[in-house]
Amino acid sequence: MNQPAIKISGVHKNFGALHALRGIDLVIEQGEFFALLGPNGAGKSTLINILAGLIAPTSGNVSVMGFNVGEQYQQARQLLGVVPQELVFDPFFNVREMLRFQAGYFGRGRENDAWVDEILEGLGLTDKAHTNMRRLSGGMKRRALIAQALAHKPPVIVLDEPTAGVDVELRQMLWEFIKKLNRDGHTIILTTHYLEEAEALCSRVGMMKQGQIVALDKTSDLLNRFSGKQLRLTLGNVVLPDDIRTLVRYAENGIFTFALDDMAQIEFVLSSLRTANIKVLDMQLSEADLEDVFLSLVGNSSSVGILKGATHE
Amino acid sequence: MSDLNSINQMNLNAGLRGPWTLLKKELLRFWRVSFQTVAAPVITALLYLLIFSHVLESHVQVYDGVPYTAFLIPGLIMMSVLQNAFANSSSSLIQSKVMGNIVFILLTPLTHLQFFMAFLIASIIRGLVVGLCIYLVAMWFVDLSVANPWLIIAFALLGSALLGTFGIIAGIWADRFDQMAAFQNFIIMPLTFLSGVFYSIHSLPPFWQKLSQLNPFFYMIDGFRYGFFGKGDVSPLISLSIVGVSFLVLALITLKMLKSGYKLRS
Repeated sequence: MNQPAIKISGVHKNFGALHALRGIDLVIEQGEFFALLGPNGAGKSTLINILAGLIAPTSGNVSVMGFNVGEQYQQARQLLGVVPQELVFDPFFNVREMLRFQAGYFGRGRENDAWVDEILEGLGLTDKAHTNMRRLSGGMKRRALIAQALAHKPPVIVLDEPTAGVDVELRQMLWEFIKKLNRDGHTIILTTHYLEEAEALCSRVGMMKQGQIVALDKTSDLLNRFSGKQLRLTLGNVVLPDDIRTLVRYAENGIFTFALDDMAQIEFVLSSLRTANIKVLDMQLSEADLEDVFLSLVGNSSSVGILKGATHE
Repeated sequence: MSDLNSINQMNLNAGLRGPWTLLKKELLRFWRVSFQTVAAPVITALLYLLIFSHVLESHVQVYDGVPYTAFLIPGLIMMSVLQNAFANSSSSLIQSKVMGNIVFILLTPLTHLQFFMAFLIASIIRGLVVGLCIYLVAMWFVDLSVANPWLIIAFALLGSALLGTFGIIAGIWADRFDQMAAFQNFIIMPLTFLSGVFYSIHSLPPFWQKLSQLNPFFYMIDGFRYGFFGKGDVSPLISLSIVGVSFLVLALITLKMLKSGYKLRS
């Protein structure tokens, strides 16, 4: 029987009066490259911490390849590698020692050294293998952090904001390495703020808002669902005519983004603006991307506020 | 892709490698900075020895036929064993918590018992290494008799285990370095200094004698010293029982804390 890599059923988490997770149900199959998106405070890290066994859910069940993370935590943790969000390290040891220790905690000994070498090479850390963790640059520490999560060769890998604060070159290199792991059969789950990364890499996306999953679909289907054109018009501080106001997806600083089903609607918008005597200062036409989907679903209170303000002044 | 049955099997095979790795890491951690963790407490103990023996040698005799310097040495050894056993587990845990790298241990399949044993044994070894170094250096100064080596070993092991366990509790409880310093300055130091390291409690007024008998450190020091001279303030069996029961109680509390994830998984 092929168990899902991750199965989350009815998970709630309360921190005192704060209801951080409000009934999460999520199944991630083996071999998937899955992105968990959401604004700060949506509950992504709480969900990952529950998955990793760092906190217990208030209710609900979480399993890794069929093993419950509570009752069967030893098996579940063997199968899971988690890259924490914070750049943490042990200052007493060098990179290779840390990786050996990390593998050792999972019961792996010298026979694991070839895999450790592979990780070091894949992450460009071979030269730094004997360097103390304290002496590594920020980017190198980030690589070492990822290496530590992989030291026991887990089939399911969770990366919590792995590219936060990482320069473009390193980000590219990390994604190439992680894509290779996915090709080799590892299931990858990542949270990221870089939506273009999720769009380029992940086969499926879950979006969280206020402790709930508000969208869960294949990346391509999600984009198709929000297919159509994005018309960005720079109009300045104006009040839009009622007939086109419903087409506005978001507005910010006098720039209005209209979601259009077809090209014919462009003429409709422009003629409505002409009739209202509103001048178009700039115009851009684009296809919908994950950021549009994200903003539509998860929203942004500030952009909603701007939209309201702009249309009622 | 790993086969699930092999994962189950691997856990059984790897049962000891996990905690052994954690123990090895804890031992290396203090050994890497042995100048601070071993040499410094040895020098501190020797300074106590030089000063107190110089000032009091000709004025004080606690037991008949036992020079004051000889009386002092077992107390100083045990004091250092206890303080360093406590320091090992407590400082390792608080550092890992403050640095955040404790997450690397919390993400592993190590059980709470394995976690406890690794930190406990590392603490015992650090305490014994420091104690042994002081003993070896002190032998240059005084010819120390040994009445019952088994008692010496039993008290050194149980005492360092007790304080190593106490250090785990302190390391789990404290969130900041100043909280840990308070633990050390307001609990460990007074209990050590008021335990009869430098004197026999029979030389104290009755009230302070009674109070000293409530201090578990007193039984560890007195029992350890009994192993050298064959005499003490109370029977070594009573001391051994009190220290043993104290260790068991603290160990159960620690295991309960670790199992519940108190302050570690919250």
